[in-house]
Parts: sequence; C-alpha cells; structure tokens
Amino acid sequence: MLRIDREIVDAIVAHARRDHPDEACGIVAGPAGSDTPTRHIPMTNAERSSTFYRFDSMEQLRVWRQMEERGEEPVVIYHSHTATPAYPSRTDVDLASEPGAHYLLVSTRDPENVEIRSFRIVDGVVTEEPVRVIDAAVDDTAVQTYKFGHTPTIVDYECRA
Amino acid sequence: MSVDVRIPTILRSYTGGAKSVEGSGSTLAELFADLDARYPGLRGRLVTEDGSLHRFVNVYVNDEDARFLGGLEAKLSDGDSVTILPAVAGGARTPAAAAAPAAGA
Repeated sequence: MLRIDREIVDAIVAHARRDHPDEACGIVAGPAGSDTPTRHIPMTNAERSSTFYRFDSMEQLRVWRQMEERGEEPVVIYHSHTATPAYPSRTDVDLASEPGAHYLLVSTRDPENVEIRSFRIVDGVVTEEPVRVIDAAVDDTAVQTYKFGHTPTIVDYECRA
Repeated sequence: MSVDVRIPTILRSYTGGAKSVEGSGSTLAELFADLDARYPGLRGRLVTEDGSLHRFVNVYVNDEDARFLGGLEAKLSDGDSVTILPAVAGGARTPAAAAAPAAGA
C-alpha cells in the first residue's frame, strides 16, 4: 500500500497537468527505510516528450546526492501518461531500477478526471497496490492527542488543522 | 589509476552489498573490466555487447556525466571518483532506438 499526503498528491497532479501533453516526472523522497513519502521533488523530463521521460542526468546526480546527505531515499517515483492509462508500459517495467520504490502513474488523458495508480515493479514483475491518501484535516488521531487524562470526556476541538 | 566507485542499490548484489568499491584503470573501459574481474557480471550491466555504455546507465567521473568525457574512453586519474546511477526513465511508448535493457532490467 502507498500512504501519501493529500498535499503531495495534489502537487503531483498539478505538475502532471502543467507539463501535459509532455510526460511529467519526479520523485517523493522520504527517510530511508520509513516507506513514508515526505518531500516532493518534481524533475525535468530531459526528453520533453509526450510518450517518454528521462530524468536529466546532472539533476538526478544532485538529487540523489542530496537524498544521501539527508538520509533519504526515493520512496515514490512518478510519471504521467498523457494519452494512455495510468498503467506501467513495457518500457516502464524494463527500465524500473529502484526495486524499493512505489511507482506512481498519473494519466492526464482526460483533463477532468486524472487517474492515479500505484505499483511495485520488482524484477520485471508489476504488482498494483492501493493508494491511501492521508487528509490532514480529517485525521482523527490529531483530536485524540488533545484528550487530557484527567478529564477524559473533554476534547479540545481548537486543534483542528 | 586507483579510483573510488559508488555502486547503486540495484547493482550491489554483484559487490556483496558494498555501496562503494575500489577499482583501477586509466579509462572507464579499463575500470569496468577491472571491476568485472572481481565482481563477475557487473560489467554486463554497464556495457552493451557492441562495447558502448548502456543507454540507460548514467556514469559520472568526478560529478561530470561521462557521456561528455568520451563515454567509455573517459580518462581517469588517481583518486578520481566514479558514480554509477541507473537512469530513471520510461514512458508510454518504447524509445526510438531499440529498447536496450538498462541496469534495471
């Protein structure tokens, strides 16, 4: 399962829409081993194509080095398909080189309804996984942390984001 | 020429999990042959059958893309640092040239 903040999903969709009809691409970095995407990094599509993407090699080096310095890894690697479904193509599978990442596909073929699906791609095998979008505004654990032990029935609603 | 080589996650199975190894050679071609002698199979993920750098592998010599330094003929000096990163690429359609398997294949 891919757990990802609503804010980050919105930023990825906005990026895909902005670059349409070229394929948009990027990553979401997160603390190594946490499986939690925290830092959205849109990347330049050096191919500037509507059917192919490739990270610019120098940009990739800088971003990968930066992640290493920060103790991060690429938790999500995303790109958009602009005229086909949000499903990994043969090319996507052949070139997937980060077995630990969630491969997020976004399809902008329908401007009204952007399709988002997530997959693991390991040794040429594609496995779809559910995407759980975390909405901070309705995260009920945020309210629970404000329940005081001595007055268990009083809940502080002021904490709502 | 002794160089330090950074190995990406997906190729660490060839180096027994090592993130970085030492190698020698005065060009990238020599370096990869040297590495292959100690880590069999590694060169095959970096160099194609016709002897050129795999299209979807990025190799950097001291933070410069080796493609701008002559590819496999890029010169190496003692103490240089070589970094290997599989390209992050893909897309709806097969790229124009034959879809050569990358470091990730």
